[in-house]
Amino acid sequence: MSGTIIRVESPLAEEAVESLRAGDVVRISGVIYTARDAAHKRIVEALDAGQAPPFELAGQIVYYVGPTPARPGEVIGSAGPTTSYRMDSYTPRLLEAGLKGMIGKGNRSPAAVEAMKRFRAVYFAAVGGAGALISKRIKSSEIIAYEDLGAEAVRRLVVEDFPAIVANDILGGDIFEAGRKKYQRL
Amino acid sequence: MRKIEFQTIVDAAKELCARSASDLPADMERALAAARAREISPAGAEILDALLENARVARDEKRPICQDTGVAVFFIEKGAEAVVAGGTLTDAVNEGVRRGYEEAFLRKSIVRGPLDRVNTKDNTPAVIHLEEVPGDRISIRFMAKGGGCENMSRLAMLTPADGREGVIRFVVGAVDAAGANPCPPIVVGVGMGGTFEVAALLAKKSLFREIGSPNPDSALDSLEREILERINDLGIGPQGMGGAATALAVHVLSHPCHIASLPVAVNIECHAHRSAEVVL
Ligand code: SF4
Repeated sequence: MSGTIIRVESPLAEEAVESLRAGDVVRISGVIYTARDAAHKRIVEALDAGQAPPFELAGQIVYYVGPTPARPGEVIGSAGPTTSYRMDSYTPRLLEAGLKGMIGKGNRSPAAVEAMKRFRAVYFAAVGGAGALISKRIKSSEIIAYEDLGAEAVRRLVVEDFPAIVANDILGGDIFEAGRKKYQRL
Repeated sequence: MRKIEFQTIVDAAKELCARSASDLPADMERALAAARAREISPAGAEILDALLENARVARDEKRPICQDTGVAVFFIEKGAEAVVAGGTLTDAVNEGVRRGYEEAFLRKSIVRGPLDRVNTKDNTPAVIHLEEVPGDRISIRFMAKGGGCENMSRLAMLTPADGREGVIRFVVGAVDAAGANPCPPIVVGVGMGGTFEVAALLAKKSLFREIGSPNPDSALDSLEREILERINDLGIGPQGMGGAATALAVHVLSHPCHIASLPVAVNIECHAHRSAEVVL
């Protein structure tokens, strides 16, 4: 980690996506949308049926999270990332439709990494299991679709200085591969 | 016979769910701090700092440590001289889970069927393992098991010829394949012997042992140390971004088995170890 922190605005501008590299430490501010397994299934079904997704995908960041319920007076409960590979099979379809960023934890499949190169999108890793801490960076939360899915509903979040690391970039850079190579003892 | 009221069990189960969600056990916190002190990767060290801070925030503000508040798993030892008055132990535990998850604002993460995926909306049914022991007490051990780490579990029916090295290879291979997914640093639970299902059960049960404590069996203790070293040589590191702290501990439980068999199960627990115990 270089020590410099890059501020990223969401929705993502083309130039921001192009300039980010695996290993960059970022703080994301702006609007992001939540979706995990069940919501991804529905979004892709909607796209396949020629219907509008619950939010305009172009330039947006999707955060893979299913928060705990908010206590009275709080914006949201604990809200750390969930494991991303479960969304891999849906990812190329969403990127094709214009999605530019994803936040989650863990490695992505070769097909998902390839799709990020092809459609020019980035994947950010947040710290899995730091849900109490991360929730403090979420300033508002509103369910905008699939309310019946409970914790899996699609939410529109406004975040401020949301901490993450670029895990995959548009050139195929991969923090998990690089990090491991550096520290493995054979 | 000693009578224990249904409601006493309900309250105990509820308390275990609610308390453990925001209160990281001291052994896990110590292990994280020790791993932080040893971490060679700057990014890894920062991640471990964030996890330690997360644990403090969660405890101080009574917020869930992690948003995946898990499937409620119980290991219950019921004294042969203890009886539950007013209902079954299973019903009481499930009622406690229902109330604990609701009242403590925990996430309900259970679906009624693996294919239709309809949420039960109260985090039941709990997974309950019941054993009868001598005495008149009921001891309840609880763990909220997250999906991310549980999904990285593996089981193999090895041959006796595979032996110790075969076991080591399988366990290290499971952690290797899991990579960043189970939120490393992790604790690796290993169940060895028994039958197919016993190995899996032992792997989960081993996760209740105090992190950092030696295995009382010296042969198993040396096996644990060797597996731990080989896992941490993988370089996966905190959150899989490279570093020394992939696993904090390896716990092995073993059991007699058939002359033809060598079952081995690996159950992975993440650093967000939500576990607590009560004796009634
Ligand atoms: S693996 Fe553990 S720390 Fe990571 S998201 Fe799941 S429950 Fe939380």
